Amino acid sequence: MRKTYILEELDCAHCAAEIEAAVGKLEGVTKSTVAFLTQKLTIEVDDAKADKITKEIKKVVKKYEPDVEVVEK
Amino acid sequence: MSKKLKKRIKRVGAGAAVYLAAVLFSRFAPYWEFGSWSISASLIIFLAAYIVIGGDVVKKAVKNIGQGQIFDENFLMTIATAGAFFVGEYAEAVAVMLFYQVGECFQSYAVNRSRKSIADLMDIRPDYANVIRDGAVAEVGPEEVEIGETILVKPGERIPLDGKVVKGTSSLDTMALTGESIPRDVAEGEDVISGCVNLSGVLEVQVSKEFGESTVAKILDLVENAGSKKSEAEHFITKFARYYTPVVVGLAALLALVPPLAAGGGWVDWIYRALSFLVISCPCALVISIPLSFFGGLGGASREGILIKGSNYLEALAAAEMIVMDKTGTLTKGVFGVRKIVPAEGSTEEEVLETAAYAENYSNHPISRSLVQAYGKEIDDSRIRDVEETAGHGVCAILDGQRVLAGNDKLMKNRNVEPKLPEEAGTIVHVAKEQKYLGYIVIADEVKEDAKTAVDGFRAVGMKNIVMLTGDRKKTADSIARELGITEVYAELLPGDKVEQVEKLLASKSEKGRLIFVGDGINDAPVLARADIGVAMGGLGSDAAIEAADVVIMTDEPSKIVKAMQISKKTLGIVKQNIVFAIGVKVLVLLLAAVGIASMWAAVFADVGVAVIAILNAMRAMK
Repeated sequence: MRKTYILEELDCAHCAAEIEAAVGKLEGVTKSTVAFLTQKLTIEVDDAKADKITKEIKKVVKKYEPDVEVVEK
Repeated sequence: MSKKLKKRIKRVGAGAAVYLAAVLFSRFAPYWEFGSWSISASLIIFLAAYIVIGGDVVKKAVKNIGQGQIFDENFLMTIATAGAFFVGEYAEAVAVMLFYQVGECFQSYAVNRSRKSIADLMDIRPDYANVIRDGAVAEVGPEEVEIGETILVKPGERIPLDGKVVKGTSSLDTMALTGESIPRDVAEGEDVISGCVNLSGVLEVQVSKEFGESTVAKILDLVENAGSKKSEAEHFITKFARYYTPVVVGLAALLALVPPLAAGGGWVDWIYRALSFLVISCPCALVISIPLSFFGGLGGASREGILIKGSNYLEALAAAEMIVMDKTGTLTKGVFGVRKIVPAEGSTEEEVLETAAYAENYSNHPISRSLVQAYGKEIDDSRIRDVEETAGHGVCAILDGQRVLAGNDKLMKNRNVEPKLPEEAGTIVHVAKEQKYLGYIVIADEVKEDAKTAVDGFRAVGMKNIVMLTGDRKKTADSIARELGITEVYAELLPGDKVEQVEKLLASKSEKGRLIFVGDGINDAPVLARADIGVAMGGLGSDAAIEAADVVIMTDEPSKIVKAMQISKKTLGIVKQNIVFAIGVKVLVLLLAAVGIASMWAAVFADVGVAVIAILNAMRAMK
């Protein structure tokens, strides 16, 4: 299934690329894209993992950009 | 401007003041000597300025290093400036941090601004709907309105959902959707599209689609997701950035260690050069400005009523060398109109048209309608009687007491009238009165006003092949092609043949060139999908077109495709400039720093200065 998150206060493009790559490596995630300008993270995730993925994404984002707030859409 | 940014600017400003004080103070500052080392008292005040200006950078660096991120921008800046302190360049250390921060603030500001202007561009989301329920008007979210309910749209409000006008007349501003500045008039019974602004009268609209399925929601969805289909240039930059930083940092380490070890000294100088490398090691200029250019291009296009579904298509448009267009609905209006009136000797255009319009007034055939429309005057029913229509032939009637005929050559021959042989392509209506031949009228699908401009435009932007496909008769197709200056025409094609023809054309183009197919979205979804870039015309109201195409032209003007290509070429030009400029300056400064000519000042410019210039350049793509 597809999920979309808003990465509030994301203002480092380099980190956006790193977050995109790191989220893509999470288990169950088949596709991950961060659009730096719209501050949007879009993922394709296995239905079985969908519930837990938000928490894991928050963890990843915290690691790269502690200031960024992850909001599920 | 965000609060965070304001705070940062204030802090950097205060730091700059401390820095100036430090520079002045350092001239008179006492210093202490410890053997070969000397420490100036000004170090303390420089350190103070440094902490005020770059405290947050250092803090982030420490935090990130704990997470194992050694190529973090903050960490690299901290190492570079701390190193400068170490080699005794206090003023420079603080200045580098100061300029880095100023650049970052500016960068942040520029990104925020472009985010905002793009958001403004797409500010078509309706906030509420006035729904009429149980005789009262209630303000609800557009998502809550169901199909069949009636909504009230007051002047100045945005139409929240697609539907049909059941009461009232008004004019609508469709600018945000189509880029068209002339308002569109609507009246009872007409369909209206969400996203338009109601300008004058109050409208009652019966909703025909839920919000999620309505035009405005589809457009927003399309534009917001456009960023996720990345162009090759963006992929290149992501890859480049992945290697660039580690390589530059590695080179810096070599530069700091190898030459002094080999020469047995000169540590301070070589470390200083290596620190400059660290300052330049962030690929920010590229990482920000390239997606920004594409996004700006997409935004600029949507303001013109051209929706492009991804940066990859925007990129591909610039490489197009072949454009294949469907005739009906793309180059022509898809409606019949009177093209020419040819009176016989002793008759006038006026007489021919008037006779035909009266004779055909009772028929609902599209050709009859076009005659009546072309005549344009009120039809006086009392003048005509005994109308007799023969299918496949035409009409016979009594007008002002005289027997008139209007129809094809078969009708004329049946009634013993000798018609002229027309040279023109299209449908011919011959007209006769009292057995006397009056002349004929040519009726054909009308070519769009801007079709010729579009074809000329394609040639001007460097399109190698301009091809027209049609299911229509060869004669009609050739005549329109001649009028527009198209040389490659494939006529009398069945829908399946169109796919086959496009396949053949795809095989004949060069490897890097791209093929654009333009259709009106009706019946040509397979071809739209098969082409490199499928363009659907007249996207307003046609869901199939929005789904199947890669580019949707909201109006029905083919010349918008030329505009789209121009935007594409301009955007790619900016992208190339930025790539060459940013990499060029960085490599140059790296070389100069390696041989000891460029100072850390130049390095800061190569980092943030270049980023800011590249961002400003990228913002041009939006215009």
